[in-house]
Amino acid sequence: MKTITTDFEYLPATTVEEALDLLSQHKDDDYKVIAGGQSLNTAMKHRLIAPEFIIDIKGLSDLDYIKFDDQEGLKIGALATHRSLEKSPIVREKYPVLCEMEENVASVETRNWGTVAGDLCNADPAVDPGPPLIALDAKMKVASKDEERTVDAEEFALDFFETVVQPGEMLKEIQIPVLPPNTGAYFTKYSQIHGDYALASVAVSITLDKKKEACTNARIGLGGVGVKPIRAKKAEEVLKGKKITEALLAEAAEVAKTEISPVSGIEGSADYKRELAGTLLKRVGKEALARAQKA
Amino acid sequence: MKRELNIVVNGESYNFFIEPKTLLVQVLREMLGLRGTHQACDSSSCAACTVIVDGKAVKSCSILALQVNGKQVTTIEGLADGTNLHPIQQAFIDNWAFQCGFCTSGQIMGAKAFLDENPNPTREEIQAAMDGHLCRCTGYNMINEAIRDAAKRLQALEAAKKVPAQRAPQVQKWMQTAKSGKGAA
Repeated sequence: MKTITTDFEYLPATTVEEALDLLSQHKDDDYKVIAGGQSLNTAMKHRLIAPEFIIDIKGLSDLDYIKFDDQEGLKIGALATHRSLEKSPIVREKYPVLCEMEENVASVETRNWGTVAGDLCNADPAVDPGPPLIALDAKMKVASKDEERTVDAEEFALDFFETVVQPGEMLKEIQIPVLPPNTGAYFTKYSQIHGDYALASVAVSITLDKKKEACTNARIGLGGVGVKPIRAKKAEEVLKGKKITEALLAEAAEVAKTEISPVSGIEGSADYKRELAGTLLKRVGKEALARAQKA
Repeated sequence: MKRELNIVVNGESYNFFIEPKTLLVQVLREMLGLRGTHQACDSSSCAACTVIVDGKAVKSCSILALQVNGKQVTTIEGLADGTNLHPIQQAFIDNWAFQCGFCTSGQIMGAKAFLDENPNPTREEIQAAMDGHLCRCTGYNMINEAIRDAAKRLQALEAAKKVPAQRAPQVQKWMQTAKSGKGAA
């Protein structure tokens, strides 16, 4: 039986202030923040990491929320679980793509305990919420004891398991703006086992003009095909200002393939993942377009 | 440094001092001797270790026990009423839903939390809810059938509770049928 073998000092927080105080006190120490710990505990059990301090924020009930308002859009608190996002009626109504994404994150058991923010902070390159948050133009609110800053979703992860969150800081909230009229978004991932991390995942959001003909804005996020979730800005430019057709989506997919840098692994070569991402982009783009036309 | 853990497991309150690195499954198996909760993959992939914490199915091998402080835990040992098996357990037996049985306690705990949330599920809903539970011998059809059968048995028991008192003898008979699994289709 695998257990966590190295002792750590356990520092639970019950309020945001307490958590930020602990983070500030320990910012020069070897610490990790635990929310649900669905990735962290496994990493500790497999002895990949052995932090001296664990700051437990699971008890921060003041950050366990999912709120929507017509002006400010959706706000997901740091302690909202995957499952609560999946099951939220307002999210299902306003941002169905997020619920659809959640249905394919790991398993119900993991989603019940693991948090969306924790998943993003773990920063696996194939993190499921990564691409849809890029496509929906999300902002990440990062807080320390002294200040708060917001970071664009595509800037949040820096590298394999590395984010902009600095020692002393925590991801406090995920903010998603109200979708403009005539917008449709869709996400698909491809993995070998349902719920596993994606070999490649793609999210596309398309906004059409008033007549629902030309594309006025497009945002494309890709996961699993680089060291972090990637925004395919050049591929977005291919779509903007034009009437989207299958041929145009194919062109965008070719461009997106030049913007990603997949890594070969036992589950697939870099070339395979690149092709996969292109194919997914065409399919996802088509569905996002259909949704924008119906919106 | 050891820390205090207060939990309620299968209705009994416990108080321990544990190392913070202790996982929930270690408390259940090693400290309480509740070895019905199984560990297999140790990497949060198989769900054999599933238990219910405050109504939600979770993987006990991937949770720090201290995070469950003050909460209610139900394990497979908490389902049966004395020697009477829980309807989900009986449905698993009657539908041949296991062979080696290693994954079964996790499957049943997952099914319990799911049926509490969705008492009348479709085949597809069961599949989606249970897809994290790996089974290496029986295959998944019988498990799915067992859960659908369990849903029917639980519904019969629920319906029986709502029936007026004068019909009690007949209801007793239904309940007996539901519990014993006889007549389960």
